[in-house]
Amino acid sequence: MTDQAQLLPGTLDLLILKAVSLGPLHGYGVLLRIGQISGQALLIEQGALYPALFRLVRQGLLKASWGTSENNRRAKYYELTTAGRKRLQEETAGWNRLATAIASALEARPEEV
Amino acid sequence: MSPSAYLRSLAEKFFHREQLADEMEDEVRSHILHRADDLERSGISRAEAERRARIEFGGQERVKEECHEALGGNFVDTLQQDIRLAVRMLRKSPSFTVLSVLTLALAIGANAVVFGVLDGLLLRPLNVPNSENLWGTVYGEDPGFQSYLNYSDLRDRNHSFEDLAAFNFAFVGLDTGNNPTVAFGFATTGNYFDVLGIHPCLGRFFNSSDERGPNSAPYLVLTYAYWHTRFQDDRNVIGRTVQLNKHAYTIIGVAPPEFHGTLLFIAVDFFMPIVNQQQVEGQDLLKDRGTTHGVFETIGHLKRGVTPEQAEADINSVGAYLEKTYPKEFSQKKAVLGHTGLTSFGTAVRQFMIGLTLLAGLILLAACANLGSLFAARAADRAREVALRLALGSSRRRILRQLLTEAVLISLMGGVLGLIGSILLLRRISAWQPFQGAPLHLPVTPDTKVYLVALALALISGLLFGIVPVRQVLRANPYEIVKAGSSGKPGRRFTLRDVLLAGQIAICAVLVTSSLVALRGLVRSLQSDLGFEPRNTMLVSTNLAMAGYTGEQLSEMQKRMIQALESIPGIERAGLVNNYPPLVYAAGSRTNVYKEGVTDFKPASVAVRPYRYDVSPEYFRAAGTALLAGRDISWHDDKAAPAVAVVNRQFAVRMFGSVTDAVGRYYKIQDGTRIQVVGVVADGKYMSLTEDPEPAIFPSFLQSPTSASVIIVRSERDPQQLAGEIRSRLHGLDSGLPVDTATWTTQLELVLFPGRMATMSLGTLGMMGAILSVTGIFGMAAYSVSKRLRELGIRIALGGRRSEVLSTALGRAVKLLALGSTVGLVLGILASRVLAFIVYQASPRDPLVLAGVILAMALLGMAATWIPARRALSVNPLILLREE
Repeated sequence: MTDQAQLLPGTLDLLILKAVSLGPLHGYGVLLRIGQISGQALLIEQGALYPALFRLVRQGLLKASWGTSENNRRAKYYELTTAGRKRLQEETAGWNRLATAIASALEARPEEV
Repeated sequence: MSPSAYLRSLAEKFFHREQLADEMEDEVRSHILHRADDLERSGISRAEAERRARIEFGGQERVKEECHEALGGNFVDTLQQDIRLAVRMLRKSPSFTVLSVLTLALAIGANAVVFGVLDGLLLRPLNVPNSENLWGTVYGEDPGFQSYLNYSDLRDRNHSFEDLAAFNFAFVGLDTGNNPTVAFGFATTGNYFDVLGIHPCLGRFFNSSDERGPNSAPYLVLTYAYWHTRFQDDRNVIGRTVQLNKHAYTIIGVAPPEFHGTLLFIAVDFFMPIVNQQQVEGQDLLKDRGTTHGVFETIGHLKRGVTPEQAEADINSVGAYLEKTYPKEFSQKKAVLGHTGLTSFGTAVRQFMIGLTLLAGLILLAACANLGSLFAARAADRAREVALRLALGSSRRRILRQLLTEAVLISLMGGVLGLIGSILLLRRISAWQPFQGAPLHLPVTPDTKVYLVALALALISGLLFGIVPVRQVLRANPYEIVKAGSSGKPGRRFTLRDVLLAGQIAICAVLVTSSLVALRGLVRSLQSDLGFEPRNTMLVSTNLAMAGYTGEQLSEMQKRMIQALESIPGIERAGLVNNYPPLVYAAGSRTNVYKEGVTDFKPASVAVRPYRYDVSPEYFRAAGTALLAGRDISWHDDKAAPAVAVVNRQFAVRMFGSVTDAVGRYYKIQDGTRIQVVGVVADGKYMSLTEDPEPAIFPSFLQSPTSASVIIVRSERDPQQLAGEIRSRLHGLDSGLPVDTATWTTQLELVLFPGRMATMSLGTLGMMGAILSVTGIFGMAAYSVSKRLRELGIRIALGGRRSEVLSTALGRAVKLLALGSTVGLVLGILASRVLAFIVYQASPRDPLVLAGVILAMALLGMAATWIPARRALSVNPLILLREE
């Protein structure tokens, strides 16, 4: 557990949008995908995932439909809507700005001040 | 968020609730199965894999609930859940529910009634257009009495009013064909309806152009209610001629249903032109500038841009002019404006209502405190339940909302119950005729405003006391509470609950003190010396003008009536007084009296302003007033004889120094007549029971004949039985003469009315206060007994004495009771000063009142702690300890 990064508040939605943007996924698939693309550094608590998915659907960023999974089981698949794609771009840009800013702040040395 | 997506998800949630729940279920199951598939691949058995997957997933219900919340629109949903749960919880503790709903219903009911009356009398303007700018004039301390000439000067000389109308009271015999009955109306100036800006519902109103000198406009306008009851809504009534005191009047119109005259608390039968008042009343008031009976009130709309203050200054400057021009007849009194409807009664009514509102507010406060402690006790009892819910993952917000839902539910039930009660009561008040023959009407119809106020009060108080347990919940540590069980930690010295209870008891003690003070005042005023003996007397009122008598005929007929009544077996004496006897309708009139030597009759040289009652011989014996010196009026004191009068002790002392000095001496009245004092009688009460001894004169009625008179009949037996005989004797003299009979005692009701009203209201509020303190103390005592039942059991098992057990169980309740009562008593004594305005001799420093309050509170305490005390003593330690 110690090698896993703490999830910052508000980043769960971003991660879900990103995961789904790579292709339609069911809930469990979203979990796996996030683990995979973060190099297993970010693990989402299973219980927290579904409320977030429902919220994103309500906001019109995701849409859901029932389908059959690779395990040949019935599953609810989520995919990005146009609004969702736009939001992902905005949030990604925002995140990058923040990350750069924080990184440069943290790299500051005494002689630069 | 796109609105359409939001709406879709809401719609889905509401219309496909079941489907949605199934889908969530499916989705969670699918998730667990997929996870189990993965786990299985790592080499675990299927069953074990599924078990692990479920454990990893965590609380499924909680996830589903959170998903549900994430869909939005939870308000209605959770509210439903909360309400369902609240109803279940309340049903589980019926005594708590009933107690708190009743407490609240009582408080809300009381406040709704008080507000309804307040609304009817003070907040709701008169039902005429533009009424907020309609003002009436109030002169000095009297209700706006004025003369017609002063009114017409004021109308023509002021610069503030658009137009000025006036009205006076008119009691007449109205005869539609051999059935004269007494009707009550307003004699109004021709412009009255035009000034008010109202339109007839049938026919037409009279107006200024109908007035062409005295008795020129024999027209009658009926009120809608009178048209309905006396004329059965007959539309052909317009143009019909009826007899008003034997004079023909034509009905020309019917007023709209919502208009019953310009006094809020009086409902009149008709309107007639004031220029015809002389014809029906028999007195010429139109040309008498000095009279105070010509006009009751003047009313009008202020001109645009004129403030009430400017208008008052304007009226007073006209008054100053009149005083300069007519120094003999007019003395300037400071005029103020009042909103039409209450005008001169406004101050008294307002004071009474403010007092009542404050007391009702206290009741509400007491009820809130009561409910607060009930709720706090309940919250403490439920600590365990709350802890369990917190431990199972419920959010504190949800739990608080749940508690508030319960509080609001109780307050709504209490509010609705209280409102229903108050509506019933208000309907009764509105239909209530406190005095026979007096057209009193209390315009209290419960309307939306009353409903809203009652419900708002209920909700506010609900939230107030619902918040009490919040702190407890927020601080709750589920682990500790579940571990420690329900016994809880030992209480601090004073909890919020204690403060609430003590405060509530204090408020109740205030109410009990006030009501006892009022009650005592009423008893005293009933016992006070009236100066006459109202028991076993009957008042026979007639107005000879109603049967067409004038001038010389009046005294002659009145004499015959007295003789006819005296000849009835069983009647001991009969004596007549002009207009009204003392203490009836508060209708006494004062007159200016000057010393014998005075020649210049200006207001400044008035020696005394006594009440004046013109009486017949035998009046004093019929009334039961003691003659102290000199002689009674005799039948020889007629117009041909020198003017004489009997005076009361107060008058004799003020004018002549002593009772014995007065007999044989003279005084003068406004027109310069010398009047000799022939006798002195005992003092009495004339206008109100609370007045100081006032001077009064009793001239011979033969020397100033008046058509309206009351014959006082004293009998050995119950005078009520003689009423029929009295009527038939008088009808034998003149069949067209309306006769009213009533006992003097019933007529006194009117004078007693304010005090009685105050006592009744205070008594009711005091009772409510008492009930509230009983429930409060009971709740507290019962709770503390049940909390400490185990400890009490151990004490009893160890051989504790009954008194010790009792003091352990109830010590705190009794201490709080004593503390609260003391504070309340002190506050009540301070508050009772206010009561002195309404209630005769309301003195809170009365030892009887003090003892009464202490006794009452002690009894209340005993009543309230009786059941808990019994329960504490009957504890069976064995059973109790086994249960725990």
